[in-house]
Amino acid sequence: MSAPTLETERAPRPVDPGAALPARARSRAPWGRLGLRAVALLYLGVMVALPLAAVVAKGFGGGAASLREAFSELGARQALVLTIEMAAVVAVINAVFGTITAYVLTRYRFAGRRALATVVDIPFAIPTLVTGVMLVALYGPHSPIGGFLARHGVHVIFARLGILVALLFVTLPLVVRTVQPVMQELDLGEEEAAHVLGAGRWTTFRRVMLPHLRSGIVAGSLLAFARALGEFGAVVIVSGNILNKTLTAPVLIAQLITGFKPEAAAAIGTILFGLAFVLVLVVERLVGHREPAVPAS
Amino acid sequence: MSAREVSTPRLSAGARRRLVHAGLITTALAYVGLLVVAPLVGIAIAALKPGWSAWRAVFADPFARHAYLLTGIITLETVVVTAVLGVAVALVLARDRFHGRAIVSAFVDLPLAVSPVVVGLAAVLLFGTGGWFEAWFSARGVQVLYALPSMLLVTIFISIPFVIREVAPLLQELGTQEEEAARTLGASWPQTFFRVTLPNIRWGLLYGMALTTARALGEVGAVLIVSGTIAGQTETATLYILRAYDEGHDATMYIVALTLALVSIALLAGIEVFKRREEKELGT
Repeated sequence: MSAPTLETERAPRPVDPGAALPARARSRAPWGRLGLRAVALLYLGVMVALPLAAVVAKGFGGGAASLREAFSELGARQALVLTIEMAAVVAVINAVFGTITAYVLTRYRFAGRRALATVVDIPFAIPTLVTGVMLVALYGPHSPIGGFLARHGVHVIFARLGILVALLFVTLPLVVRTVQPVMQELDLGEEEAAHVLGAGRWTTFRRVMLPHLRSGIVAGSLLAFARALGEFGAVVIVSGNILNKTLTAPVLIAQLITGFKPEAAAAIGTILFGLAFVLVLVVERLVGHREPAVPAS
Repeated sequence: MSAREVSTPRLSAGARRRLVHAGLITTALAYVGLLVVAPLVGIAIAALKPGWSAWRAVFADPFARHAYLLTGIITLETVVVTAVLGVAVALVLARDRFHGRAIVSAFVDLPLAVSPVVVGLAAVLLFGTGGWFEAWFSARGVQVLYALPSMLLVTIFISIPFVIREVAPLLQELGTQEEEAARTLGASWPQTFFRVTLPNIRWGLLYGMALTTARALGEVGAVLIVSGTIAGQTETATLYILRAYDEGHDATMYIVALTLALVSIALLAGIEVFKRREEKELGT
């Protein structure tokens, strides 16, 4: 499928960043290299690009009309608004607490630091559906905590608060693990200099560390935002999927597919996918900018 | 800056610093504890409360056993495919330079951001009634949708990034010197790969495979859509939990969910070990 581009790429270009390799080694096995490249492109092309192209083709097949139709689907507009709202709140909360957690993990030594570092990763490993089940076990109407909260008018399960908690859980590691490596690479000398010159911890953080961390924090929260937009497993049990109230876009898409409305599902799916794609490109940009700066320390 | 310092005259600088220190640590511990540890404790209590007989009943249920088995099969196959092809992509991303490499890199990250439900939808559009490939496969009598092939495909899709994202930076950092030396000394490329490259990336590869396992094990959104959730046939462990929830079998739901959580945490422990080994080897 990408064969034409492969052929034009045979000759090594002079401005090639990979030109550090000896020319002999590059020319010795061009077939091996091209073969590997073909395997990689074919794998990603068939497994990632093709399925997504099918969704976009279906979603935009009828042009703007199919989008309008999708929006007229019962609860679609509300579901999209709710999903984006929730994702934005989650991104902001985890940007703040994720950065604090990363700061504590890299700058302080205390009992339980190891445990904290491990627990932060747990949401990466736990199946998202299990996350939902865990929240039902903890905050459900039959549990002591859920019952107590319900008596005081706080509803977690089958309410927006539950969606929020589920998404916070699922996206917690994203900010921490994006910010932490950058923080670790930072020159401690700069912070010490600021400190010696009389800056408090907050001033040091804001004026000395934050400029270096900004792209990492933004990248991490954008990843959290993208992840929260698409989350299904953690939300489907917790939210109760009440039309116009707690029905999120991914759950709506699932309902539309089982209701044999693939066009509407594809249109909403395309919107979600388009957002995710743009976010990934931006993150790639942000994190890519960071990498050349690292060896300076 | 100086105004800020004057504004809190009652505490000495050292005491204030200790206070901030304690405050930040408490904040981080409280946030992570409330968000992550409390639900884990909650499900452990909920799953253990019904007692031993409930556990025995779950593991005696043939549908539950089949669900665990199916999850195991899909996970294993996903790990093998994404590991082998992932290393190939990582080699290309780390070593090869061509137009559109940045786009390839973005495509590797996409599965992290795309909703699993959209992935399931894509499979329906490709293999479902009127889909792009439906005629071809049905003419050959291959059932893709509502069967293992589509479940495997969507699980591979969502698991693609993990091995690549771990191995590609490692390859970049390692450089090609050792491989060049091996080639110069007359080693063939398979020899070079298995004797030089693979040992150098093994911890990163294992780390990526462990992450893949955790992800594949827990996939629900995409699999729900393509599987049709036929109990005893296309029902994975997560789909079994979902059905237990829909049918109101709370005890069963908590027990199966806890077993999956425990497997994931065991994997995480393995991941930590691999990560540490990897860091140690890179550090030296």
